[in-house]
Amino acid sequence: MAETQSLIGTQNKKGQTYTDPWYMLNEALRTPSFFTGSEVIKEAIRRASCDIMIAYPITPQSEAAALIGELFAEGYVGDYFRGESEFAVMSQCAGASFGGARVFTTTAGPGTMRAMENFPMWAGARLPIQMIVTCRGINSPLSIQPDTLEISYLLNTGMMVWHAETAQDFFDWILKGFIVAEEPDVHLPLALCCDGFFVTHTKDVVQLTPADMCLPPYDPYRSPVPCMDMECPPVRMMRDPFVMKSNYISYATHASWQQEVWAAVERSRKHAIRWLDGLIDAENTDAEIMIVASGTAVSQGREAIRMLEDEGVRCGLVKIKTLRPWPADEIREATKHAKHIFVPEFNVTGWLAKEIRATIPDHHRVYAGPHVCGGMTMPPEIIVSEIKTALGMKTFSLAGRGS
Amino acid sequence: MSTYRVLPGPEHFLPPAAASMGIRLPNPGEAHIHGVIVPEEQAYEEAARQFLMAKVPTIFPGPLVLWAWNEKAAKKATAVRHLFETLKECVQPGQKPMLIPMPDYRPKYPKINPEIEINPNHPNLTIWHNKIDCCMFVGVHCHQANLSLKIIRGGTSCYTIAMCAQAGHEDAMLSFRDASVDKIMKLAETIKRLKGTVQPRLSTAKSH
Repeated sequence: MAETQSLIGTQNKKGQTYTDPWYMLNEALRTPSFFTGSEVIKEAIRRASCDIMIAYPITPQSEAAALIGELFAEGYVGDYFRGESEFAVMSQCAGASFGGARVFTTTAGPGTMRAMENFPMWAGARLPIQMIVTCRGINSPLSIQPDTLEISYLLNTGMMVWHAETAQDFFDWILKGFIVAEEPDVHLPLALCCDGFFVTHTKDVVQLTPADMCLPPYDPYRSPVPCMDMECPPVRMMRDPFVMKSNYISYATHASWQQEVWAAVERSRKHAIRWLDGLIDAENTDAEIMIVASGTAVSQGREAIRMLEDEGVRCGLVKIKTLRPWPADEIREATKHAKHIFVPEFNVTGWLAKEIRATIPDHHRVYAGPHVCGGMTMPPEIIVSEIKTALGMKTFSLAGRGS
Repeated sequence: MSTYRVLPGPEHFLPPAAASMGIRLPNPGEAHIHGVIVPEEQAYEEAARQFLMAKVPTIFPGPLVLWAWNEKAAKKATAVRHLFETLKECVQPGQKPMLIPMPDYRPKYPKINPEIEINPNHPNLTIWHNKIDCCMFVGVHCHQANLSLKIIRGGTSCYTIAMCAQAGHEDAMLSFRDASVDKIMKLAETIKRLKGTVQPRLSTAKSH
């Protein structure tokens, strides 16, 4: 780190000062700005000392990718191009990262799925690439609308997976994501997810760090694997041993390699706790009713809690910030008093509820819902209705026109 | 706090990564012994004691100190050599200190020559062949070190020490972090100071 640290206080070619990340993100004066989520991505990358950005157009991330093109034209990003497809993009990201660059990309929905083969490869190769995932529908018939199903496919890739609720989360976590991902004991890719459109295409007030401050550049010499060594794994991936040998030691080495990737996810816990101020946020944890959610379902849950309070029903909230590392201890602790745990989600399968059920004792307490998907919004009234119905309280019809 | 402890093996057909068992890495100024965070001073004493107790205490220098790719690496290499010479001076008859390089991470088949090198993909061959019962990794890239340390813990009874230049290694039984020339020299000093005070386990060494 000494080499990178020594740059702090000096200026880059755009006149930005390489700044101590902790100072920049926690102490420097911030300016309120009214931006869409896509614009926020651009503003974070302006301050991220990114070497390269590669992407392929797919709604709803295309606007962010185009805006970063403007940053490239202005000289804030070292290189920038459009790949031939999402699969090509993620492979090109790997190449750039193998070469020692700080790499950023954005994708969504079917693009994430098309590129999927690359993500365990990134993790296995310990490449600290940051990928923004602006979640949308993935299944036929085509939907470009918000849907978080694609996150579930990322959970077992070996990447860190964070789920932002707001544009402010997005701005801060993009910058913090590079810091955590590039720690030598972590050194893993990060999928920073948000709910497409709800975050990317709506405007919000976001507190920005000074534009004349930026992160110190990436230092590839801290990498836990040699940078661009063509003779050794992980760069040497497909040419003879050990991946191609069929014997006990090859299998054992590969098994140990996989374990080391997941060990690195575990190690990210300590850094994420420090930079994100915990892996969860929790409110009213003494309440008998809890809502546990991630992404914009948290915002809807928060509003539902306010509505329930008006009716005299006290309800707590857990906002899950990181899905990998999974905050198992934190969720167990925050829900230990709860008799009823509701998990609102923007997907059809309820993957978050399944994760929570597998984490806490007495998992019958978990109500997997309400669910919406395919781009439907989740009015807080349906969360209120779900809770009241489960508690045997009188509720009202949300969908019908009569009665 | 995890009750798991990182101890000499053989532990399991496929032992878990210590991090997945809740073992956390030390902060600057700290080290860990068996997965328990301790002040760095305590780790110097224990590492020296383990070296002086061992029948075949061995240093495994990796590419980051074997090749003079910058001035710092060259200085560290000199310090590692000094540590080895100190170890040789301080052991008793019957003990056999070794210095075996891990020159690179290339998979080598049908197998490496365990007389002259260690390889992260099958480190046990070198441990078994030389009957090494205590070893220290220094200058090995972190991912490769963890890979080796875990395989060693799985299949041998060797006590593992990591002198890591970054954040440390939970898969070693004892790990320093932020390794520098000064830290390597301090370990050598500690070995010298403890010379003659530690009983070698010559007769009780486990067979490999």
